[in-house]
Amino acid sequence: MTVTTLSGWGRAGSSAAQVVAVPPGSPPRLVDHPRGTLARGMARSYGDAARNAGGVVLDMTGRARLHSFDDTLGHLRVDAGATLDEVLRAVVPHGWFLPVTPGTSMITVGGAIAADVHGKNHVAAGSFRGHVRGFSLLLADGSTRWVTPDDREVFAATLGGMGLTGIVLDAEIALRRITTTWLRATTRTTDDLDATLSALDTSRAEYRIATLDLMRTDRRLGRAIVETAEHADESPDAERPLAYDPAPHLTVPAGMPGGLLNRVSARAVTRLWFARAPRRPRQDLVDMAGFFYPLDAIADWNRLYGPRGFVQYQFAVPVGQEETVRRVAERFATARCPTFVVVLKRLGPGGGMLSFPIDGWTMAVDIPAGVAELSSLLDGCDELVCRAGGRVYLAKDGRLRAERVPVMYSELDRWQQTRDRLDPHGRWRSDLGRRLGLCRS
Amino acid sequence: MNDALGMPATVVLLGGTSDIGLAIVGRLVAAGASTVVLAGRDRAGLDAAAGRLGSAAKIVVMPYDARSDTAHASVVEGITEQVGDLDLVICAVGMLGEKDPITQDPRRATEVMHATYVGPASTLLAVAQRMRRQGHGRIVVLSSVAGERVRASNFVYGSAKAGLDGFAQGLGDALAGTGVDVLVVRPGFVRTRMTAHLEDGPFATTPEHVASATVRALERGDDLIWVPGVVRWVMAVLRHLPRALFRRVSA
Ligand SMILES: Cc1cc2nc3c(=O)[nH]c(=O)nc-3n(C[C@H](O)[C@H](O)[C@H](O)COP(=O)(O)OP(=O)(O)OC[C@H]3O[C@@H](n4cnc5c(N)ncnc54)[C@H](O)[C@@H]3O)c2cc1C
Ligand SMILES: NC(=O)c1ccc[n+]([C@@H]2O[C@H](COP(=O)([O-])OP(=O)(O)OC[C@H]3O[C@@H](n4cnc5c(N)ncnc54)[C@H](OP(=O)(O)O)[C@@H]3O)[C@@H](O)[C@H]2O)c1
Repeated sequence: MTVTTLSGWGRAGSSAAQVVAVPPGSPPRLVDHPRGTLARGMARSYGDAARNAGGVVLDMTGRARLHSFDDTLGHLRVDAGATLDEVLRAVVPHGWFLPVTPGTSMITVGGAIAADVHGKNHVAAGSFRGHVRGFSLLLADGSTRWVTPDDREVFAATLGGMGLTGIVLDAEIALRRITTTWLRATTRTTDDLDATLSALDTSRAEYRIATLDLMRTDRRLGRAIVETAEHADESPDAERPLAYDPAPHLTVPAGMPGGLLNRVSARAVTRLWFARAPRRPRQDLVDMAGFFYPLDAIADWNRLYGPRGFVQYQFAVPVGQEETVRRVAERFATARCPTFVVVLKRLGPGGGMLSFPIDGWTMAVDIPAGVAELSSLLDGCDELVCRAGGRVYLAKDGRLRAERVPVMYSELDRWQQTRDRLDPHGRWRSDLGRRLGLCRS
Repeated sequence: MNDALGMPATVVLLGGTSDIGLAIVGRLVAAGASTVVLAGRDRAGLDAAAGRLGSAAKIVVMPYDARSDTAHASVVEGITEQVGDLDLVICAVGMLGEKDPITQDPRRATEVMHATYVGPASTLLAVAQRMRRQGHGRIVVLSSVAGERVRASNFVYGSAKAGLDGFAQGLGDALAGTGVDVLVVRPGFVRTRMTAHLEDGPFATTPEHVASATVRALERGDDLIWVPGVVRWVMAVLRHLPRALFRRVSA
């Protein structure tokens, strides 16, 4: 047991905790600690969700066995510490894929459940919750409970519950069929935000995503590279249509100086991307890893932001609130804020108590943490998002104010009651929970 | 918790009536701090300061005397009992003392030393220990350029600040890897209650300016700043002046 400082993927802010590696096999023995206990996966949440200052943090990544796989039904029983990458390497060659995947495969199954992650196909497939057949949950009293969707309150509180209802030990997931590891993708550029929104809305493709340009204040603000895609039945590699072996190619050296990613480089990168993008819709066969996990090709790309790190601002607003998307975009643009990866997606109807997706739009923006006046810029965005009936994604957050949470998440009360019932003495705690009043401090 | 942009939810001001300290707290409340503790010995002054901070945050007033040799650890304990985790503690306690200490009663000098070095240092040690246990926290120490090279006109205060400055830097290093960090702020001449009876020194500045520089440093994660920035370079020169020359320019 060692005390280690931990941060999230954004590396902005840290706290120290006793980190305990959880081995495979029988459930970890819980110790009573005055500052509580928390599970941590691959720490791909951006802010403080996977930290527990002064308390115990259980590193789940050593608990990563694949238990069983039903090749006819596509049902996989797997330890919560296994990464999606490990899952995919095992199941893709048999013609199965995750029905929902976030933009990186370097997260754990436990992290996918805790954040109830969504992908570029949320309209078609919903969030992770819809594909979880059950999971075993280690409860605060040390007992274990098998939770299925029929166990409605506990299921709904844990999917999206950010690790504060218990520790997921393993889970059974329903996979989907694929015949190749390729997608038929269409790439186009749009000229302004309206065109971007309508391209995402009118497409019938399963996967849809837009990369926006917020580095301008003219009418082309919000122009985008829009990608839409479907799984393909053909493969350029006819011998091995289900080959899946992505390898990280590049690493970023430790100790990168700050300030490399600034307004000037943000503009240059944005220009370069748009210059390379096709003006007219272009069809390609693209490989799965390249399409779903483009950033996984560079291990530790978060270090590019230097020692001060960065934050991601991801919000969602309901259909009909497109004007809010525009106003947030304008705020970033007029604040002359350096924004690198700006992504816009269409979401379908949501569910769950603290799950993020709602029928509408979601935008995610990466910003270096040292930018002047960033706090007030983002507070202003929160205000707009709240007024539009939207919310900020807790898995990405490190700076939201506590009083916004009940406004953004209308089922917070119900979630808190369920959590209190599951954990009356407040064993499960996180820095996110402390900051937002989701748990005891 | 301090958020990803370095802003605290709970702020404690040791020296709860300090002009500079209150200017910093004002900014932090505007940036979202929701609980403020003003700790000091002048109850009426603390209540007045609490009133001026407005209603955006919950404000708690606590008795604290840096001189008292009762355990400062119990003061810190009392504060955590009231407000829970300490996200940010600002130490603005200090006492300039009269000009030309060479002519003073040594007991007056001892008072300055206690209020400027011994008391703050012992309190900060208790704060640091608490923060270490909670696994996170930030400390801001108002040092002074007066400690960088001690001058004849205020050598008791200056030497006490030199001690506190060294203490704060060493504390910051000792806390590496614990989730706790220390920011040392070295203002030049600031127009406050402490200096109201003096004529402006060179590069005189305001509490508001010190506050904005401090909050910016917290956002950036700096561990040492001078305010205004130019005094850093002035002190870099002064520090290396030969003794005879220094005596003349600093008189
Ligand atoms: C490049 C990148 C792209 C991303 N794209 C998307 C996206 O498209 N859609 C999306 O939804 N998210 C996305 N994310 C966010 C990411 O999917 C979530 O933050 C996810 O929760 C991270 O999982 P993790 O294993 O790293 O968990 P951690 O970051 O380690 O932990 C996150 C939360 O899960 C809890 N947790 C972890 N393991 C367990 C367990 N076994 N039992 C109970 N609780 C547990 C932790 O306590 C914590 O609250 C992206 C992140 C990155 C870095
Ligand atoms: N003003 C400058 O030019 C300047 C320059 C560099 C550094 N500084 C430093 O900045 C800090 C804040 O100073 P300021 O300018 O804001 O002056 P200030 O308003 O006089 O603040 C000094 C504070 O110290 C408190 N204090 C003094 N002795 C104390 C004791 N024994 N116990 C508890 N509290 C005690 C005072 O409380 P009471 O109200 O009870 O007296 C007051 O709150 C000080 O550390 C000072 O040395 C000031």
